Amino acid sequence: MSPATEAPPRSYELLPKSAHDGSPLDGDLLEVSMGPQHPSTHGVFRMDVVLDGERVVKLKPVFGYLHRNHEKIAENTSYLGSMPYTDRLDYFCSLTNNWAYALAVEKLAGLAVPERAEYIRVITAELTRLVNHTCLIGFLLQDMGALGTPLMYAFREREKALDLIESLTGARMMCNYMRFGGCRCDLPAGWIEQAKRVVEGHPRFLDEFEALLSENEILIARTHGVGVLPKELAVNASITGPMLRASGVNYDIRKVDRYGIYDRFEFKIPLGEHGDVFDRYMIRLLEMRESLKILRKALDDIPAGPIVDPKAKLRGFRPKPGEAYGRIEGPKGELGFYLISDGSPNPYRYRVRPPSLINLTVLEDMCLGLTVADVVIILGSVDIVLGEVDR
Amino acid sequence: MESLETIKARAEAAVPGAQLAIVRNDSPSTQHSLLVDNAHAFAVAQFLRDDPQLRLDYCSNATGVDWPDRVEKTKTKVKKLVDGVEKEVEETTEKQIPGCLEAVYHLYSMSLKHGPVILRMRTANRTDQARLSSLTPLWRGAEFQEREIFDLYGIVFDSHPDLRRILMWDEFKDFPMRKDYAEPDDYEYEPTPHDDEVEKSKKHHPQPEVKA
Repeated sequence: MSPATEAPPRSYELLPKSAHDGSPLDGDLLEVSMGPQHPSTHGVFRMDVVLDGERVVKLKPVFGYLHRNHEKIAENTSYLGSMPYTDRLDYFCSLTNNWAYALAVEKLAGLAVPERAEYIRVITAELTRLVNHTCLIGFLLQDMGALGTPLMYAFREREKALDLIESLTGARMMCNYMRFGGCRCDLPAGWIEQAKRVVEGHPRFLDEFEALLSENEILIARTHGVGVLPKELAVNASITGPMLRASGVNYDIRKVDRYGIYDRFEFKIPLGEHGDVFDRYMIRLLEMRESLKILRKALDDIPAGPIVDPKAKLRGFRPKPGEAYGRIEGPKGELGFYLISDGSPNPYRYRVRPPSLINLTVLEDMCLGLTVADVVIILGSVDIVLGEVDR
Repeated sequence: MESLETIKARAEAAVPGAQLAIVRNDSPSTQHSLLVDNAHAFAVAQFLRDDPQLRLDYCSNATGVDWPDRVEKTKTKVKKLVDGVEKEVEETTEKQIPGCLEAVYHLYSMSLKHGPVILRMRTANRTDQARLSSLTPLWRGAEFQEREIFDLYGIVFDSHPDLRRILMWDEFKDFPMRKDYAEPDDYEYEPTPHDDEVEKSKKHHPQPEVKA
């Protein structure tokens, strides 16, 4: 069924060892260490690349430069104590990180979430998706050599959404907003009207961006047929999020699990056909348009009411022994939290399922036979944040 | 999706000799899991992946859990003769429970859109027999996650294509996510010949006494 079972065992030695090991020196191959301090790697990330001329023969990602053992730290603090720390996983999308963690704890402790809080969660999560995808396409074009301008256009739009998030949570990026069974504070006065204005303004940006770039000859030449990820490999390698859907697999956890109140919204799941970098770029643009649909409906429908479950305790929070795995469709893929409780105030086991790390599993498969310049944009199209890859 | 009991029965029928057990989960999440013995873990996992009714083609999450050796104390009330008088006395009995390392896999189906089926494997002990069979040949998505379990918990996955440390550096000795892990004073301390020379040279230059 899967290609992985039949494939011969791959060798993970990088270069044929050079002459000082006694073995023959292969003068044609060149081992290059891309990163860790390089703008195209989006953080402290390194790839050991073996090149034959300009073509990639082998590529091994190297992790750990930003490792601070997030899981161990969380196991030594209370459940609520690691809520602010989840912001630092994927620092572009702290609100979805908060939600995934809150969802797992709510499953573990059996807490309900009031209706208004569910709406606020959907609104903030979709705003986060806008922020993330907007930035990503800016960075991707920057990697392709469109220096500065597209990124600044994207950052201009991101700023509008960040202003909203700031007026709601008090912070632009490290929001620490969700609580178990609800949210930390209610929407300030006039927030919904302001949010509606931002949502109405966003399609203009998307239209402009598409008119300027999507049919651009250079963009098409750089992305069409580059970094193709076949469907079967994507499923087998646990790829999730826009990257999976660009390969044509219809799997969106908002539709599959229907967590929160996503069953009340009508939205489509854009799917790619070829699984190349261009599809991954387009999927993000199309997903933003779907997010805008959800946002419009949610901002119209949001009811009044409490924003936190009165049964949820802030202090002395001790879930009964047991375990739970909660997952959401983050902007980068499936973000899951696996918790084991032993009845004490700290989680016995706290595990983050990082979409960025697992999406890198197929990086080598996508890059083989291509040039170094392609590696840069393929990595850009995967959409990684090193805070989450290394944890 | 069918219940865990039927999955267990069908897996036992499909893989002769497999010993499966259901691990109950009493929390409100009610995510029960399937504990499988090490010898048949790979075959059972392959059955779960290829069975047409389950088709668990997507290994979402793979992680380790550390269960150290522990002592379970049970208190029982026993009637005893104390100084000729019958009295109720509390007696504590101690039971040693050997620890293990556990690998937990959350399996979903992308084609049939159901899940999760949670698969657990336990090592024989935490020291010399911390070995499990790798499921990376079945799901490549487990590749980095099993490397991470090896790195942080020290479970050796047999037939993993590339079992190296992933987050810690290659020379690192211990397994940081274990419950009994003690942090070193200096993470990057390496004894070098230079240290001895510095000690020797200090003898030639005695530190001046500091007067209060």
